[in-house]
Amino acid sequence: MRLTQGTFSYLPELSDAQIAKQIEYSLANGWAVSIEYTDDPHPRNTYWEMYGMPLFDLRDAAGILAEVNACRRTFPRHYIKVNAFDASRGRESMRLSFIVNRPPHEPGFALTRTEGPGRTLRYTTRAYSSDRPEGERY
Amino acid sequence: MSAPRETTVGAIDRDAPPGEPLDLEAAYRDSHVGEVIESLERELIGLAPVKRRIRDIAALLLIDKLRQAHGLSAGAPALHMSFTGNPGTGKTTVAMRMAEILHRLGYVRKGHLVAVTRDDLVGQYIGHTAPKTREVLKRAMGGVLFIDEAYYLYRPENERDYGQEAIEILLQVMENQREDLVVIFAGYKQRMDTFFHSNPGLSSRVAHHIDFPDYSAEELIAIAQLMLEQMHYRLSPDALAALGEYIERRRTQPHFANARSIRNALDRARLRQASRLFERRGVPLDRAALETIEAGDIRASRVFATEGAA
Repeated sequence: MRLTQGTFSYLPELSDAQIAKQIEYSLANGWAVSIEYTDDPHPRNTYWEMYGMPLFDLRDAAGILAEVNACRRTFPRHYIKVNAFDASRGRESMRLSFIVNRPPHEPGFALTRTEGPGRTLRYTTRAYSSDRPEGERY
Repeated sequence: MSAPRETTVGAIDRDAPPGEPLDLEAAYRDSHVGEVIESLERELIGLAPVKRRIRDIAALLLIDKLRQAHGLSAGAPALHMSFTGNPGTGKTTVAMRMAEILHRLGYVRKGHLVAVTRDDLVGQYIGHTAPKTREVLKRAMGGVLFIDEAYYLYRPENERDYGQEAIEILLQVMENQREDLVVIFAGYKQRMDTFFHSNPGLSSRVAHHIDFPDYSAEELIAIAQLMLEQMHYRLSPDALAALGEYIERRRTQPHFANARSIRNALDRARLRQASRLFERRGVPLDRAALETIEAGDIRASRVFATEGAA
C-alpha cells in the first residue's frame, strides 16, 4: 500500500529536477525548508525526526537537494519528506510538505475492531511495520 | 542531482540548424552583460589589467553559450578564480560585479555573493569544521563564494589545523558541483602564492588568477572625487591640492590600504568639516558651505602632523 501523505501524494514520485523546482518555489516565497524522516508511517505520527539543521538563509535549491540526497543515503529505507515553513505573521505554519523517499516495500495498515458495550465497535489502524522496533521496520 | 538551468541568454535558439549564423550582437545585447561591464568601466578607476581579464572572461562565456547552441560543447568552463592584491584595491567590489556578470550569462543561477573568512569555514573542535563549511557552501549555492584572506585556511605550522579539512570539502564541491557555485579566493599576492603552492590541488582547480595592481596617486584622487560625488560633497581647489599632498604622504606610511584608506580619510574630513561648521554657529549656512570640504579639513590630519618625525 503506497502511503499518501502531504502534497503531490497521488502523483508518481517526483524526480530530482521536480523536487528542485518545488524547493525553488518555496525559497522564492521566503519559506524555510527542512527535511524530516521517519519509519513510523501512521498518519497520526506528526513528529518526524529532522535531518540535520533547518535550512535557513539559502538562495538556491542545489544546497537543499544535496541534503535530501545525503538523507536518502543515510536512511534509504525510511520515509523522507521536505517541508516548507511559512514564518510570516498570522500564518506561522507549514505551507508545503511532500514525500521524497519511501521504503521499497510498504506493507500497509491493519484495521483493528474492538467491541464495546452494547454492540458498539471502535476502530483503530495499525501499521504492520510498526510491530518491529524502530530502525528495523523496513 | 543538479537542478535544470535556465539561461538568461534568451536570444539563442537552441534548435538552430548547425551552420546557420547566430547573432553574436543580439546575444550580447540580450545578456545585458554590456551594462555591467560599462558600469565597471565607469565606477572603477584604474585596474586596467583586471578589467581586461573580466572582458576576456565575459567574451569567453558568451562565445561558449553560442557554441553550445551549435552543439559544440566544451563542457562547463572552470570559473573558480583567485584575486590577489594589496588591501583596498577593489577585490570585493570586482567580485560582486563578477557575480553579476556570471548571473547575466547564466553561469550561476542567483548571482549573489557570500563573503566569508576563515572563521566562517573552520570550526573550533573536531567534527565542527565539516558542517560549518557545508553550511556556508549551501548558502553560496547558485551564487559566488568569496573567501577573503584565503591563505589563513592553511596553517603549515600546525598539522592538526582544521583548515585542511575545510580545504578538502571546498575542493570536493568545487569539482563536483561546478555548475552550482563559483569560488573566488582573495588575498595578498605573496601569501596567496605560497598558499596555492602548498595546495597544488587547489591551484589546479582555479582557472583564473587575477592580480590587482596598486593605484597610482592620480587614480586615488579620481577615486576620492568619485566617492565624494556619490556622497554629495565636493572639494575646494585648495582642498584638492591638499588631498594630493595627503595621498603622497599617506602612501609612504605603513598600513596604507589604497582606496579604503582614502575612504577613511574622507570620512574623517567630513567629521572635521561638520565640526568646523558647528563651531561658527550663528553664521547662516548656504548649500555651498554644506557641501564643500576645505583644505583645512584635510590638512588637520595627523599625516601632516608627523612632519619631520617620520
